[in-house]
Amino acid sequence: MASLLRNSGKITTTAGLIARPGFQGGRGFGLSSFSLFFSSPRRFQTTESESRVDSHCYDDEISQKFSVLGGKVPYTSGMRFTSELPEEKVPCYRVLDNNGQLIDSRNFAGISKEIAMKMYTDMVKLNTMDTIFYEAQRQGRISFYVTTTGEEAINIASAAALKIDDFIVPQYREPGILLWRGFTPQDFANQCFSNKFDDGKGRQMPVHYGSKKLNYFTVASTIASQLPHAVGAAYSLKMDGKDACVVGYFGDGGSSEGDFHAALNFAAVLEAPVIFLCRNNGWAISTPASDQFRSDGVVVKGQAYGVRSIRVDGNDALAMYSAVRSAREMAITEQKPILIEAVTYRVGHHTTSDDSTRYRPLEEIEWWQMARNPLTLYRKWLESNGWWNDEAEAELRSNSRKELLKAIQVAEKIEKPPVGDMFTDVYDAVPSNLFEQEKLLQQTVTRYPQDYPSDVPVRAVPSS
Amino acid sequence: MISAGVGGRQLGGDLAGAAVVVVVIPRRRSRSIQSTAAGEALRCGGGGIKNAWSLQGTRPAILASRSFSSAAKEMTVRDALNSAIDEEMSADPKVFLMGEEVGEYQGAYKITKGLLEKYGPDRVLDTPITEAGFTGIGVGAAYHGLKPIIEFMTFNFSMQAIDHIINSAAKSNYMSAGQISVPIVFRGPNGAAAGVGAQHSQCYASWFASCPGLKVLAPYSSEDARGLMKAAIRDPDPVVFLENELLYGESFPVSAEVLDSSFSLPIGKAKIEREGKDVTITAFSKMVGYALKAAEILSKEGISAEVINLRSIRPLDRATINNSVRKTNRLVTVEEGFPQHGIGAEICASVVEDSFEYLDAAIERIAGADVPMPYAANLERLAVPQVEDIVRAAKRTCYRSSSLAATA
Repeated sequence: MASLLRNSGKITTTAGLIARPGFQGGRGFGLSSFSLFFSSPRRFQTTESESRVDSHCYDDEISQKFSVLGGKVPYTSGMRFTSELPEEKVPCYRVLDNNGQLIDSRNFAGISKEIAMKMYTDMVKLNTMDTIFYEAQRQGRISFYVTTTGEEAINIASAAALKIDDFIVPQYREPGILLWRGFTPQDFANQCFSNKFDDGKGRQMPVHYGSKKLNYFTVASTIASQLPHAVGAAYSLKMDGKDACVVGYFGDGGSSEGDFHAALNFAAVLEAPVIFLCRNNGWAISTPASDQFRSDGVVVKGQAYGVRSIRVDGNDALAMYSAVRSAREMAITEQKPILIEAVTYRVGHHTTSDDSTRYRPLEEIEWWQMARNPLTLYRKWLESNGWWNDEAEAELRSNSRKELLKAIQVAEKIEKPPVGDMFTDVYDAVPSNLFEQEKLLQQTVTRYPQDYPSDVPVRAVPSS
Repeated sequence: MISAGVGGRQLGGDLAGAAVVVVVIPRRRSRSIQSTAAGEALRCGGGGIKNAWSLQGTRPAILASRSFSSAAKEMTVRDALNSAIDEEMSADPKVFLMGEEVGEYQGAYKITKGLLEKYGPDRVLDTPITEAGFTGIGVGAAYHGLKPIIEFMTFNFSMQAIDHIINSAAKSNYMSAGQISVPIVFRGPNGAAAGVGAQHSQCYASWFASCPGLKVLAPYSSEDARGLMKAAIRDPDPVVFLENELLYGESFPVSAEVLDSSFSLPIGKAKIEREGKDVTITAFSKMVGYALKAAEILSKEGISAEVINLRSIRPLDRATINNSVRKTNRLVTVEEGFPQHGIGAEICASVVEDSFEYLDAAIERIAGADVPMPYAANLERLAVPQVEDIVRAAKRTCYRSSSLAATA
């Protein structure tokens, strides 16, 4: 009985009942109890309402004035449940076809050659960095790494569409934006090796990059907590009246967190110039998107909160560039939040602590590596413009690889941060108890050097 | 009852930059004793006050404290908080308020009364019901350079936002190596009110005080409220500001120095409310009042108690506490919250570590009962410390009780 009920269309029950599953737009429902108890034909919507669907009634003016809903709400005497899923999934915006050709040149605003080239070279550099740093972790040279494989277009194209004044509030799979803005391979390596040149003073795990200079908030491990932060920062920009917006990145998994809902709701109420950019890559560690939510992805949640939204092919660099450019324009001139769902695939494992072949088929990973690979696709478009060729590719890959390997070698040899750095920045000024503790630690390390690692320098903390 | 409240506020606005004095009338009969004729005159003559103060000149702090050293003025804790927030918002345009009911409703407990009208909806934001949301937004705004004051209707509701307080606000400066600072204040009533049950009565002092990166303050009097609130707003670090609902309506005498707009109290310094030599009693927030009453009772029985108002839970003023215990040799810690891992436990550890040889008796901890707060009035009374409990504990440390059972 249960399986019959899941099909739309007419079904007959043992009691001779005709049930009509599927309300307008609906797709099946659980009604086992209905059909068993009634012997006469029942309908689930009044027949009159079908013909009267166009003639809405509205409240009179005074009722509208005091209405809780605001504005004119049409009334209908036909009882209708909105389906849990739309008839058709929200369309996904795409600019390049599988051969790297523009599908419809009218719908693409265009891009300068300079930016287009930098986009590709940065995507290749990001991809190379991921390969090399992942290997370094496997060799035991760094403790941990998170790759962005498959999501290079989202990273680089979105960064290219923004300006340096736009604040980035990342999750942890967006190092490409730092790369675009000028973080060097050495900067990335220094953080991963947590040496003394790390901007983060060795305080955090690898890939927890941050740069005040490049307007990129330091990565935190908590999921989706950055989304309300993005709204708060956007509010600050709004109060300053700046020609800039904030972009908060998150994944399909992050959209389940309470913070996501609070952030979108609040951003709409506050009218904050913030772009919520979801990298829907299908997986949250081993949880597939089908176990994460039952809606049509993340894009439909925008309308639920009164937020304008779009679904984009995240592996299409030009589509990403175009969509983020427009979203930025809207967010700043109209002072409102925008939601972008970039549909993509997490080709790599969640992190180096994960082996994704344990929970998903290898064929699926390989298929995504080939089909709509963001680098391959975009490269085809560049080559069709005569802007790229095999020699350039080989040279770029070789140079990037050399640069990154060197960065790792150098970073590995640099001293670690001094012991004094453990005690600073807890507060704005070092409190007396920490100052005392650091002095005591210094004395102990100096007196018993054999008990402590030799490559950790001891240096005094300045007292406030 | 003439309300000089509005006049007082306008006064503040007119004299911005000069002496800012807010003379207010307590909303209900205050519990304090002073009610001199001079005091009455001051309360009813708003205009007279303005003229008197305007003679002080532009740098009144020093002059005022010399000319008006006697505390004839009284102020409720509510007004102390309101005036402190008002003055700081006036002085720094980056300071803004956010919380449920803080604007149109004038504040769930009227602490933010009049501020929406004065500063507008850009700086006083009424929020949807999402503590996680507005706390996160406040943290993000602080990251970007604003100075938010986030109000929790009570700190019980801060539990829904505690991730942002601990993992984001407290740790960001450290994790970002100083690139991201979080000059935010989280404030609201903490601890037991009256007849509000388990989910509205918990004291969260020890929850926040255990976390490095946060500062935790707990004012008692109006002077504490004004001074600590101003210090908190000006502080570049995240501050958790624990108020008490039952103290909002209480009036305390305030000196002219306290009323000055540049007044602030140092964070991390406790105050010795009453000097004594036989036993040290530490307390914070509402329990300071109880400790003072206990000290009064004890003095009649020949025990001179020194009452320390902690003011600052983190950093804890270990020096003042230890110096006091080295003088009296006995200690009773008092708090409203649950006993295990409470503030008293930390004070006890500190004294045992630093002043062990000075103790003549075991340290006594007075805390709330180890149960979720019951609602029935008689049970509630039994679940929170009472003055008699403090008196008995002090006597026990002085070996004055006849038996171990608390029947004295």
